Amino acid sequence: MQLTTGFASPPIDAARAFRLVLDAMAHPARIVDLPEIEAPAPCSPAAAIVLLTLVDATTPLHLAGAHDSESVRDWVRFHLGAPLVGPQDAAFALGAWDALCPLGRFPQGSADYPDRSATLIVEAAELRNDGARLTGPGIEAEAYLALPDTAALQANAAQFPRGLDFLFTSNVQLAALPRSTRIGGA
Amino acid sequence: MTDYNFAYLDEATKRMLRRAILKAVAIPGYQVPFSSREMPMPYGWGTGGVQVTAACLVPEDTLKVIDQGADDTTNAVSIRKFFARVAGVETTEATARASVIQTRHRIPETPLTEGQILVFQVPIPEPLRFLEPRETETRTMHALEDYGLMHVRLYEDIAKHGEIARAYAYPVRVEGRYIMDPSPIPKFDNPKLDNSPALQLFGAGRECRIYALPPYTRVESLDFEDYPFTASKAAGQVCAICGAEDSYLDEVITDDAGGRMFVCSDTDYCATRVAAQAEDAA
Repeated sequence: MQLTTGFASPPIDAARAFRLVLDAMAHPARIVDLPEIEAPAPCSPAAAIVLLTLVDATTPLHLAGAHDSESVRDWVRFHLGAPLVGPQDAAFALGAWDALCPLGRFPQGSADYPDRSATLIVEAAELRNDGARLTGPGIEAEAYLALPDTAALQANAAQFPRGLDFLFTSNVQLAALPRSTRIGGA
Repeated sequence: MTDYNFAYLDEATKRMLRRAILKAVAIPGYQVPFSSREMPMPYGWGTGGVQVTAACLVPEDTLKVIDQGADDTTNAVSIRKFFARVAGVETTEATARASVIQTRHRIPETPLTEGQILVFQVPIPEPLRFLEPRETETRTMHALEDYGLMHVRLYEDIAKHGEIARAYAYPVRVEGRYIMDPSPIPKFDNPKLDNSPALQLFGAGRECRIYALPPYTRVESLDFEDYPFTASKAAGQVCAICGAEDSYLDEVITDDAGGRMFVCSDTDYCATRVAAQAEDAA
């Protein structure tokens, strides 16, 4: 078994990574470049950095589909210590879109506590600023992001303030789609 | 510097804060509970703001801290020194140069720009708290979007005083959903919250709440059609130092015979104007 390394300097690397993730979450559809890092297959470097920055022993993690591999599980155990759980208990989930669906399996938050919902890290082949038209908080006029399933994400946004938040990752790139973003329409 | 972990807090605490901040950004105006830590300063001195700032800072940041608009008051100076020591960041008093600004009860006069983060220190995050003391009840009111009590309160102000009698911590509605306390900023600053290009984060340490306004978020001050909101300040006064007519003014009592002067609350704005005037005169 060969483990890949984590952050070289955890406090500084995590701080810089978080600012990029925060920038993405505050500007839905903005594609940010995270630093290169060794990631366990089939996990992208961007997804690995998000996990190292946000996930630890207090946040149950669900690995979906191909990401539920021996190498990823070992890496999570060593670097994060996060409990590996089913989708219904997850605070974070990692996988390809098809493996994560249906979205209703994840905690959606309650009307009282909408923050108690899962954040999904969706691995994509590429991130492109075309396709669905997005408006809402964080977007000055309009933005575009190619989405895997517009209808399912519209249904998620329609639950606001409940709902899931999405971090799309591809290689070293990351873009966010919080539940507050309105998808499609004029 | 090496005696402290970067930005003072341990990594597990910063991860917890960072998760709360991301949820707060995803649900604008909603107060996310977080596990507030004891900080090396008393409650009421910005423990919430300091924790949010610590979670956001990177070594490349330039930090500005203001207290009621001023860079040179005790609270501002001590927090600025704190982060210079534990995070090694550069500090500044110039609004335009800062990448992160922690503030107690003001928004700088100089318009904020894209990429800046404004961190507010919040004493009481719950706008409904003085109307309904029970957390279980205010939480349900937010969940059901049941804000009738707040509108009755504003109406009673008009019935008693002829106007909405709130000069600071004037409640706002975020994206037509959550009613939010903008922290005790003067209502003069409320219009700056709306559609700001900067990211605005709010930290309440004693009350264990973080909330946020992403950039370009619609923020409306509550009012009635026939009693519209006005961003008021000291009427008919200009700054005695720089002559500004458009800035928020502090009233300074100068003697015990009724003498007074009005000066800019934003010291950086005032000093920049004075310097520009001196340059013009030269």
